[in-house]
Amino acid sequence: MSNFVHPYIPNSVKSIQEEMLAEIGANGIEDFYDIIPEKLRYKGELNIPKPMFSEAEVDRHLRELLSKNVTTQDCLSFLGAGCSPHHVPAICDEIAGRSEFLTGYAGEPYEDYGRFMVLFEYQSLMAELLDMEVVNVPTYDGSQAASTSIRMAQRITKRNEILISRNISPFKLDIIKNYCRGTMKVTMVDVDDFGRTSMEDLKGKLQPNVAGYFYENPGFTGVIEDRGQEISDLIHDMGGLSLVGCDPISLGILEAPVNYGADIVTGDVEGLGIHQNYGGGLAGFIATMDQEKFVNEYPSRLFGITNTSVEGEYGFGDVFYDRTSFGEREHGKEFVATHAALWGIVAAVYLGSMGPAGMEEIGEVIVQKSRYAMNRLNAIEGVAVRGMDAPHFKEFVVDFGQTGQTAEQINKALLEQKIFGGFDLTNHHDGMENCALFCVTEVHTKQDIDQLVETVQSIVREG
Amino acid sequence: MAMNMETKLRNFHQAKWDEPIIFELTSPGERGILIPEAEAKVVAESGSLETLVPAGIRRKKRPALPEMSQMHVLRHFMRLSQMNMGADFTVDVGQGTCTMKYSPKINERYANHPKLTELHPLQDESTVQGMLELTYNLEQYMKELSGLERFTFQPGGGSQAILAMTSICQAYFESKGEGHKRDEIITTIFSHPSDAAAAAVKGYKIITLYQGENGLPDLEALKAVVSDRTAALFITNPEDTGIYNPEIEAFVQTVHEVGGLCGYDQANLNGIIGITRAKEAGFDMSFFNLHKTFSAPHGCGGPAGGALGVSEELVRFLPKPLASFDGEKYYIDSDLKDSIGKVRNFMGVAPVILKAYGWIRAVGAEGLVEAARVAVLNNNYMLKHIREIRGADASFGDGYRIEQVRYSWQQLYEDTGITSEDVSIRMADFGMHLWSSHHPFIVPQPFTIEPTEAYSKAELDEYLAVLRQVSHEAYTNPKMLKNAPYNSCCHRVNNEPLDNPEKWAITWRSYQNKWVKEECVVEELA
Repeated sequence: MSNFVHPYIPNSVKSIQEEMLAEIGANGIEDFYDIIPEKLRYKGELNIPKPMFSEAEVDRHLRELLSKNVTTQDCLSFLGAGCSPHHVPAICDEIAGRSEFLTGYAGEPYEDYGRFMVLFEYQSLMAELLDMEVVNVPTYDGSQAASTSIRMAQRITKRNEILISRNISPFKLDIIKNYCRGTMKVTMVDVDDFGRTSMEDLKGKLQPNVAGYFYENPGFTGVIEDRGQEISDLIHDMGGLSLVGCDPISLGILEAPVNYGADIVTGDVEGLGIHQNYGGGLAGFIATMDQEKFVNEYPSRLFGITNTSVEGEYGFGDVFYDRTSFGEREHGKEFVATHAALWGIVAAVYLGSMGPAGMEEIGEVIVQKSRYAMNRLNAIEGVAVRGMDAPHFKEFVVDFGQTGQTAEQINKALLEQKIFGGFDLTNHHDGMENCALFCVTEVHTKQDIDQLVETVQSIVREG
Repeated sequence: MAMNMETKLRNFHQAKWDEPIIFELTSPGERGILIPEAEAKVVAESGSLETLVPAGIRRKKRPALPEMSQMHVLRHFMRLSQMNMGADFTVDVGQGTCTMKYSPKINERYANHPKLTELHPLQDESTVQGMLELTYNLEQYMKELSGLERFTFQPGGGSQAILAMTSICQAYFESKGEGHKRDEIITTIFSHPSDAAAAAVKGYKIITLYQGENGLPDLEALKAVVSDRTAALFITNPEDTGIYNPEIEAFVQTVHEVGGLCGYDQANLNGIIGITRAKEAGFDMSFFNLHKTFSAPHGCGGPAGGALGVSEELVRFLPKPLASFDGEKYYIDSDLKDSIGKVRNFMGVAPVILKAYGWIRAVGAEGLVEAARVAVLNNNYMLKHIREIRGADASFGDGYRIEQVRYSWQQLYEDTGITSEDVSIRMADFGMHLWSSHHPFIVPQPFTIEPTEAYSKAELDEYLAVLRQVSHEAYTNPKMLKNAPYNSCCHRVNNEPLDNPEKWAITWRSYQNKWVKEECVVEELA
């Protein structure tokens, strides 16, 4: 330890340590640890590699490690299921990398004015997209957002059962179930052949103890639910809340859920200017109208605009901070901490760049390209797209059941041709053995889709 | 003129752009980015929007997003960034408990590398060997630092790790048929608020132990509340006070004796890395925040990462999947028979995992321990000098502290009427940040300082000089503080509307409705 000087640890220089110890009047750094009982001291040798003192060594090591990955840019990828490939505008990366934001944290609105303002803008831009009035500083992901919307509904209605559509991401469902375990009953609602809510089953299950119904639009399988108002009316008639999960990138062309009766709308901003990041680019939003009964129930930070002691100057701060767990611990609303704020900032840059025309155009091109892919894949003998006749957005289920090959085999063969096929639903969704969820967005060209189709065709033909 | 090297005070002024809200910058018709069009054949075969989306569900009214050219958008957000004080810019020791340290740029290079950013979380495991290897190896280091059996990196932060600990605890007792009986979780007031809040989410009744005169929770108080209803103890040590609880093993034993589990909140491990571990104190679970001790930047509040570890007995309850190794290749392991399921989608925040890994490899075993030792040295150096500042004191006695100290301006307040908040606002004028700490304010007029290993002696001296200056001003010219800040991006914020449902405005459209339209009406009436 004696000659250890590390660039990340300025006071690892021993002469400085001596100087500081002398000022403190301590004999050695050991003095500060006197309070830790001998018995609890770790006396072994940490089995952790030696330092890489030179940055060149770290650089090479990380490069070599990452070079073992094969990415969605090295191959042609059709994976979605909660993390989808979209173009990331270069200015989104530029702002994401600004170290004022990247290394900022929790300053006051005086030294961190920019953080408050940019997240206020994020909330405001999302609110325009969602046609609602309140949006939170992002939470961990869309699944956490959905879980919180369910617990908000529990507190607002004082009811302890939640209905959930079966056409939901299996991951999201796992998260919701865990989040509700011990406090709420989770009941699944059936879907029709297209994957839309079964009205009959919903009606039957809407009982007086039901806090609300959570469904996604588009559903996990990409199907668009066009009877949102009818669903909301049924729920509202029973005194429950309509909870809708949506994909914000669809909202240039799909109606905002609030306009078909949704009370709390949630989702993930992952596609809005944020890279896939192996699933590390997720950030959840929760949106409502500006009524106290809703605002009171948010666990998240909500940044608000106000004025200052100088005429005309905007000021910012936390709205109704006392509802949070920072102030109220277990009596606060769920919990708040460090979640995913930077991705909210990036999403603001994205929405600011896209504008209304960009959001409309991207929605249109996604439905066109995904429909083109659906048509082409469905035309392959033995391959069937589920629910072909229903409108879809971005994702769709391809059934390989009649090909004589499993979805796993097909994906393996696709991978050999440098294509990442759809997410294999076999062990994740009932009734979806040998089905795969494909995702097609604006980044896919006709040539990409044709290449997929031709490759699937030859795999199926050659059996 | 450069900073005065004698007084160590800067004639600082933060960028102030007087920047409008983005909606005020709209210029109809401008475009920030264009979208690739669908090819003619694609359009011909798929159809138009009208045929692809039923009229009933088609958007009727365009979202009122701003319309701006690309550089216009860029400039706006660049300006906002300039009005923010990242840890890269300041001696960021004033955000105690949050472990602000240097986030090495070399790790950013690879966190932003396409070989990571362009990975999809559901790719075949053969295509993500590098990512899995990195995750698996990081787990091995975490095991060394805790003595625990397995780690997951799925939680998106420390509080989500607490939620996962609570869930594991719940599943564990359900598996033993004691789920209904064990309905209490005990924590301490100087443990993070989420130790209470995230546990309450799962329906637990929370019992909070308060500190005694020495700043530590009382073992006898714990003995009085444990019972066969105790599911767990969630505790930080050292707590937010920076005082290490030497009786921690007895705390753990007390809970174990009644059959409860013990979860160690090590969100902040920084003062004791490699010095003392969760295992030796008997803990069943523990978690580390990758964005604190392990250097990943805080991103204005995430994305973050929580590394959650458990003892052998609890491995089967971990959220799935994990990254495992069969001796030849790395694989995605979902084989956890009593898994709680998931707390977050996929396998954690990959860029944050990479940054933590990169930092550990750069400092190595030796540097991990040195980081802790220097953090503790820096802290006691600050403690020595802050105790000498007029009006400031460290709470709970005059001993040494581990990695941080909960201080108090109570004397300053009694002498001058200047509050902790006033001091914190004036600090901004010198380019410094000082945090007024978590609620509840048990220590009156609190402030918490945590000088991690990342700061040099000269920087600590600079921060101390600003504290001294502000204290001096409080005693000689309190009005100066009451009217601060002067050199910041904005002036005293009117907080009243933020708690008033009639006035609070969480979005621009609410602001238009509540503030702007109202003004128009008043003007019309006038």
